[in-house]
Amino acid sequence: MIEPGLYHMLFLSAALFFIGVYGFFTRRNLVTMLMSIELILNSVNLNFIAFNKYLWYDKLDGLFFTIFIIAIAAAEAAVAIAIIINLYRSHKSIDVENAEELKY
Amino acid sequence: MNDFLTLMKPELVLTGIIFLLLFVKLGKGIKNEPLLLIIQVLLLLNFLSGFFFNEEGTLFDGMYLTTNMIVLQKNILNLSVYLISLLFAGWFKKSEHMPEFFMLMLSALLGMFFLISSGNLLMFFLALELATIPVAAMANFDLDKKRSSEAAMKMILSSAFSSGILLFGISLVYGATGSISFAEIPLLLYGTPLEILALVFLFGAFAFKLSIVPFHLWTADVYEGAPMATTSFLSVVSKGAVAFVFMATLYKVFQPMETVWYNMLMILSIATMIIGNLFALRQQNIKRFLAFSSIAQVGFIMVGISSSHPVEGVTSVVYFILIYIFSNLAAFGVAAAIASQTNKEEIDDYKGLYKTNPFLSWVLALALFSLAGIPPTAGFFGKLFLLTAGASKGSYLFITITALNMIISLYYYLRVIRSVFMEKNEKPIEKIKIEPSAKLALIICGAAIVLIGLLSWIYDYIQSLI
Repeated sequence: MIEPGLYHMLFLSAALFFIGVYGFFTRRNLVTMLMSIELILNSVNLNFIAFNKYLWYDKLDGLFFTIFIIAIAAAEAAVAIAIIINLYRSHKSIDVENAEELKY
Repeated sequence: MNDFLTLMKPELVLTGIIFLLLFVKLGKGIKNEPLLLIIQVLLLLNFLSGFFFNEEGTLFDGMYLTTNMIVLQKNILNLSVYLISLLFAGWFKKSEHMPEFFMLMLSALLGMFFLISSGNLLMFFLALELATIPVAAMANFDLDKKRSSEAAMKMILSSAFSSGILLFGISLVYGATGSISFAEIPLLLYGTPLEILALVFLFGAFAFKLSIVPFHLWTADVYEGAPMATTSFLSVVSKGAVAFVFMATLYKVFQPMETVWYNMLMILSIATMIIGNLFALRQQNIKRFLAFSSIAQVGFIMVGISSSHPVEGVTSVVYFILIYIFSNLAAFGVAAAIASQTNKEEIDDYKGLYKTNPFLSWVLALALFSLAGIPPTAGFFGKLFLLTAGASKGSYLFITITALNMIISLYYYLRVIRSVFMEKNEKPIEKIKIEPSAKLALIICGAAIVLIGLLSWIYDYIQSLI
């Protein structure tokens, strides 16, 4: 069995990042799009932790950054969900395809 | 302690105003009209306080820094928020939740202050989020309108996505250099592929906020759907603040990788100008028109940034943004005055406006002339300095393309002026009653558009602050 190292972590986080980007571009449901963004943010967290553990273990910047990202992601999701609920009230749907008044 | 009070004065004053509004909201309701007057006075005091007791220095181990230039940039932003509070008085008075709107707007402004002053990537990220999340809530402020909630949805999703990209870039910077401090990073950058990738991600995030071309798709929709006050805040204050920071980040933090970002800046600037101009040509709605015109203006700002000269580049960009703020606010103010009373936002509706509303027509004409860059308005001098700064790099093809784009932009700005002044209309917009404070703000904007170009000491003053 191989001990997981920096490269494994970076591979995992890059994969998560692009899964998030793919989901953000292909999904049409607003809540799923929000979840894709959470995937992106979590891939960044993984990146920070991995760099902190394997490369710069004498500095704690990465760990602090992760904690702040988690907090900000929660704030962002709160505002986004409030907006989505309001959109649902006016459009009766949370599909982006149905929000199409502003175009071209 | 004394340092803390003097260096963080703009932020502290602003926080005080936000808390005051919070208590006003919690207490017994004051009517909108007297409250708006109080807020306007507070914002004026806030703007004036920016001119006294300023010092240079750093706080919190270099996390927060301030210089005379940064103080000037904060003053410019303060002034534009004050003008917004004057210009949209009619809309504010009708709004049910006016204190909340100001709280959100001032929180976003606070975020921008921290953003301009940040000396550390962590601070930078937090400030950027504080500067964007409230704006998405502001875009949703016409709660009963479908388009407003759609605009807010587009804004929050694209800004959340762009902050994800920004964070990925920051994590790569951290991985490559082991530091998140703006002072240390440039000493540790060598231009390795990993660092270039990090720069690309950071650049993408900035491009989202500034609506540089491949990332501009949200701009027009959000501008059209959001309430006019939010739109002007987004296009003036938010764009100005991010442009200041974009410039500072490229010049200071990524200084060792200048050749890399110069090429990126040049290609994206050309694309931004061309696409912004071509789309602006075919717009009928005045808000969408101004959205694409502001995309094209960002292309011109990037020409100035690309000079990468710490004196000329910074001076010309700050000078241009100062002018851009007045011109764009005047244009939005006129459009808002017309839309709030007649609900007309199409350019065709503006035909014959001069017959009924000569004052609004003249202000609109001045603003559009300034945006197009026609002398004697200040916009001409702004663009002249931007091009001079950009040309110092020696890429004349780039400057020629920029100049050609200015000619294209002349066409669509003059199209609006033609329909206002020259075309006849059976049923022109009737005489519009302008709020006194909005009239004052329009006069200030109009006077500034003319005077900033004529008073040469303003440019010298900005230059002397560096």
